[in-house]
Amino acid sequence: MRVTLRIKRFNPERDEKQHWEEHEVDVEPNDQLLDALNKVKWYDDGSLTYRRSCAHGVCGSDAMVVNGRNRLACKVLMKDLGKKVTVEPIRGLPVIKDMVVDMEPFFARYRAVKPYLINDNEPPADRERLQSIEDRERFDDTTKCILCACCTTSCPSFWANGEYVGPAAIVQAHRFIFDSRDMAVHERLEIMNDTMGVWRCRTVFNCVECCPREIDITRAIGEVKKAILNGGVGG
Amino acid sequence: MASAVASIWQGITYRGKDGHYAWMLHRAGGLGIVLFLFLHILDIFLVGVGEEIFEFFLFIYHSAPAKVFVMALLFGVFFHAFNGVRIILVDFWPEKFSNLKMQRTLFRIVVVMTLLFFIPTAIITVAPIFGVDLALSQLVGG
Ligand code: HEM
Ligand code: SF4
Ligand code: SF4
Ligand code: FES
Repeated sequence: MRVTLRIKRFNPERDEKQHWEEHEVDVEPNDQLLDALNKVKWYDDGSLTYRRSCAHGVCGSDAMVVNGRNRLACKVLMKDLGKKVTVEPIRGLPVIKDMVVDMEPFFARYRAVKPYLINDNEPPADRERLQSIEDRERFDDTTKCILCACCTTSCPSFWANGEYVGPAAIVQAHRFIFDSRDMAVHERLEIMNDTMGVWRCRTVFNCVECCPREIDITRAIGEVKKAILNGGVGG
Repeated sequence: MASAVASIWQGITYRGKDGHYAWMLHRAGGLGIVLFLFLHILDIFLVGVGEEIFEFFLFIYHSAPAKVFVMALLFGVFFHAFNGVRIILVDFWPEKFSNLKMQRTLFRIVVVMTLLFFIPTAIITVAPIFGVDLALSQLVGG
């Protein structure tokens, strides 16, 4: 089938501001949008720029606004997009070229929540730190994140204020706050309790709607909010 | 300010789902109520200033455009109230209410309740424009 890709372009060496360009491509219904973009890049206009790596929804590098909603180009099929498809860079981060945005502010928020296990106690000499199945279950959902930034850049609170730590970083914080082996619960809850922390979430659910890993993000945020109110993660 | 305008534009052009539109309506409703509150403080204040100017205000309130404004305000108030309850449920019991399925159900209930309250009051409010005075209109500022 023949489709028109309407792409928001920006080339810093040539353009003053972003503008729309259209490309027609032949695709199979089961092609990914990424395949269609590749066709444009390989056969039509080599200057078209976007990040991608795995092409299978694992690396999280090809988040973009597709028909007005955040998606991974490799996880959406052409047959689900119609004859005319709009493609834009994700919002709220500085555009470098075409679909490529500066991810540094996003990763700075990620680093801010200390996304690593903190536990200064001696581990058992003969084995790893064990955890019950129930304790592992508590943060299972938030281990699935691939840091694609779909959620954070779909969030109205983040568009309004780029200092907001954002859903992705809260998901990462949740992953450690609710890990029974982690000893820095209060340190992280303090970071989450900042004015740029969880309270900026307005339960809009845009993040949940677009998360390619189908993480219940708003629920994770809600659990962190409650942990702050209760002064800890409790039983 | 520029970023505020940009973020409003992004809000309008992003194709979110029910949660996104609920959030926009909730904020519009909240701000509408605040606006009306200021207006209300002003008109009551004017009672003290002089009868004539207060009468003039009442005259404006009874005009057709004002009734349409009040109708929109009513929608905003009812939506804000019922959606506010939804947000409270989502905030305080995330393990029960903070998932897409529950959120859809709650949103539908919010819309139904809002319309249930809005439609009759809206009819009463705008009826005088068409020369129909429903007895109740005295109560809602007809
Ligand atoms: C039935 C009574 C009301 C309920 C249940 C209610 C509920 C709520 C809730 C839960 C929020 C937080 C929204 C969020 O977390 O995103 C909120 C926000 C707000 N409310 Fe109300 N409210 C009520 C009446 C009012 C009144 C009378 C006013 C104006 C004087 C008002 C103005 C606002 C404003 C301006 C916001 C901020 C909107 C935003 O953050 O998007 N509300 N309301
Ligand atoms: S929570 Fe989901 S949308 Fe957000 S960065 Fe992780 S995988 Fe992407
Ligand atoms: S639920 Fe919260 S974090 Fe997610 S998009 Fe909405 S406001 Fe942003
Ligand atoms: S290319 Fe890796 S997630 Fe899409």
